[in-house]
Amino acid sequence: MSAVTAEHAHDDHHDDHAHGPEKGWLRWIVTTNHKDIGTMYLLFALAMFFVGGAMAMIIRAELFEPGLQFVDPQFFNSMTTMHALVMVFGAVMPAFVGLANWMIPMMIGAPDMALPRMNNMSFWMLVAGILLIASTLFMEGGAPAGGWTLYPPLVLQTGKALPFAIFAVHLLGVSSIMGAINIIATILNMRAPAMTLMKMPLFVWTWLITGFLLIAIMPVFAGSVTMLLTDKFFHTSFFDAAGGGDPVLYQHIFWFFGHPEVYVMILPTFGVASTIIPVFARKPLFGYSSMVYATAAIAFLSFIVWAHHMFTVGLPIAGELYFMYATMLIAIPTGVKVFNWTATMWKGSMTFETPMLFSIAFVVLFTLGGFTGLMMSIAPVDFQYHDTYFIVAHFHYTLVPASVFILMAAGYYWMPKWTGHMYNEKIGQLHFWLSAISVNILFFPQHFLGLAGMPRRIPDYAIQFADWNMISSIGGFIFGASQLLFLWIVIDTIKGGTGEKVSDEVWEDAHKHGLEWTLPSPVPYHTFSTPPTVIPCDHD
Amino acid sequence: MNRVENDEKNKKYLNGSRIDCVCYDDLRYGGFASDFTMNNEVAVKNKKLVRNLAIVAVAMFGFGYALVPLYDVLCEWKWIERDRPDAIKAIPETAYEIDVNRNIKIEFLTTLNENTPMIFRAEQTQITVHPGEYHTVNFYAENKTDKPMIARAIPSFSPALTSTYFEKVECFCFSEQTFAPHEGKTMPMRFVINPALPYDYQTITLSYTFFDNTQNAVKK
Repeated sequence: MSAVTAEHAHDDHHDDHAHGPEKGWLRWIVTTNHKDIGTMYLLFALAMFFVGGAMAMIIRAELFEPGLQFVDPQFFNSMTTMHALVMVFGAVMPAFVGLANWMIPMMIGAPDMALPRMNNMSFWMLVAGILLIASTLFMEGGAPAGGWTLYPPLVLQTGKALPFAIFAVHLLGVSSIMGAINIIATILNMRAPAMTLMKMPLFVWTWLITGFLLIAIMPVFAGSVTMLLTDKFFHTSFFDAAGGGDPVLYQHIFWFFGHPEVYVMILPTFGVASTIIPVFARKPLFGYSSMVYATAAIAFLSFIVWAHHMFTVGLPIAGELYFMYATMLIAIPTGVKVFNWTATMWKGSMTFETPMLFSIAFVVLFTLGGFTGLMMSIAPVDFQYHDTYFIVAHFHYTLVPASVFILMAAGYYWMPKWTGHMYNEKIGQLHFWLSAISVNILFFPQHFLGLAGMPRRIPDYAIQFADWNMISSIGGFIFGASQLLFLWIVIDTIKGGTGEKVSDEVWEDAHKHGLEWTLPSPVPYHTFSTPPTVIPCDHD
Repeated sequence: MNRVENDEKNKKYLNGSRIDCVCYDDLRYGGFASDFTMNNEVAVKNKKLVRNLAIVAVAMFGFGYALVPLYDVLCEWKWIERDRPDAIKAIPETAYEIDVNRNIKIEFLTTLNENTPMIFRAEQTQITVHPGEYHTVNFYAENKTDKPMIARAIPSFSPALTSTYFEKVECFCFSEQTFAPHEGKTMPMRFVINPALPYDYQTITLSYTFFDNTQNAVKK
């Protein structure tokens, strides 16, 4: 394949101590290496996945039977709020930033991220933000309990925790914005020669677009919580009716952030799925450019549909109609993507290793979650679904068997490359099947509960909802327990895995799909210190 | 091979002919930290891009605040059904032709926000009026505390669209009300239903909520 022989050039000037990572624990504090920071992001996200998961277990335990069993209602409401905040800002978003840190430089042939020091800072600000928000659990009056959307006037009744939660949101916002700026700069300025935009892997593309989304929305969120802060402590009246404000205004500002925010979590998911599926179908991705345009279209549409979260606040008819039709439009680019993934698998020589299993489950279950979203986009019927378990089922389908499953897939897919060890395929498959079955036992019945009228964010419920809640809780416990298998696999793989020797490309012909597979396994501490050489393609 | 040679090679392949697919030689993976000094051109480009992106982020923070006046402006549009600011503005008394064929039921609702320590009620909870006919309804409010109180009543209409046709000549809701300790006041509200009110509406519910503004007013 190669016209030039590989050789390892040592420039004369460098000293031995510059060759590897710093020694000792200080390495992890001061590191500016994209791989170290990526690892820290991923491990932190995994830890938060279990923290948020533990909160979900408390919620499902309380809802196992009608009546109040384990926790008081105030704490229950704190759990629903904190579960959402931890999972969104502590688990899913950091996990994708971690993947971006690890993979983007390796995928575009760059030596590191564009701004390595800022990279370190955004990680540690994330940790600070999450610790701050976790500390509210121990404060007088409890953690925020008004839902993760922090709607006034309810959220203003939070006790001592309110300003801490708001500053935590500021920290998390600044961290995300810095991360996004770094990723955009890396992608736009650090690509290897001939890596034109339309030749970038889709994961890079989706992150480029996500980066722009983050820069546009996180400051708006920071602004809206700052208004909450000044309303509470400095006598402004942005959302206070007594002073001429309007609480509905908060919802508009929040969802201007909130709707693109859900795409921040799903677009990189699409990117990873588009990376994994072709490898295991042994075909190039079907419709590459349509994937890029579809991603951009979804990102654009995400800014003009926010009020579909607010159909019941008393929007004018024209508003209901506009937001209804605009929301339905999103199904078109999303449909393009689903068809492209299906067409990629069509007549491919598919094999079903764990990453592929999770990716296929993603395509199926995300589509299901998309369909329930389409149901709720219909304004007149949304009045029935609004704030019931139906919406809970919907967004959990688009987050758990979609974003979380794809994060699992990404873990299985790249772990051999990162560690140089093969994970245990048998346990991986067990993890997949337990997760895929239990996630449906967990969330599917919640559709029925919602349609029957069970409201969300309540610790107790009417007796007719008992059966499905019990089934849902059982599914939840199985799902929660199966994730421990993943934890075991991560630890086992880092420690040596199956002991099998991992080749550079790991997966058959993976090097045709991405630059990262041309690097050795495990990946050296520094890669592409000079851009990779472009060579004419003479192989198949 | 050094960087210069590498760049030369890249240039050769990139400039020479159209590249159908991108392939990279996998030779340069094992570099060292000090191998990489970001070349100047890229560093300058990064700096510029970061500055621009940071400006966008700051501008978006401003945009969040700009949504506040923007929201009020957009809500002025006729087709947006929201309680209009007119609802707390006095409208000069004009003589309308009374439409005796139509009866509009007006319901009054009185609420206290959170723990506002007051008594607040309407002397009539429901009246039936003809469009164009002036009426006065009295509301009673009392300060239950030993301290002076400044409070503000905020109206809300259901259906919201009717607020445009509910014209108030006099109302205690136009301004903040000051109460001496334990003072009780009877406050009038004089209104007319504009005969232009669409025929779809036969019932209008007008709700007033009293907010205790004492603390805010003192600090201002």
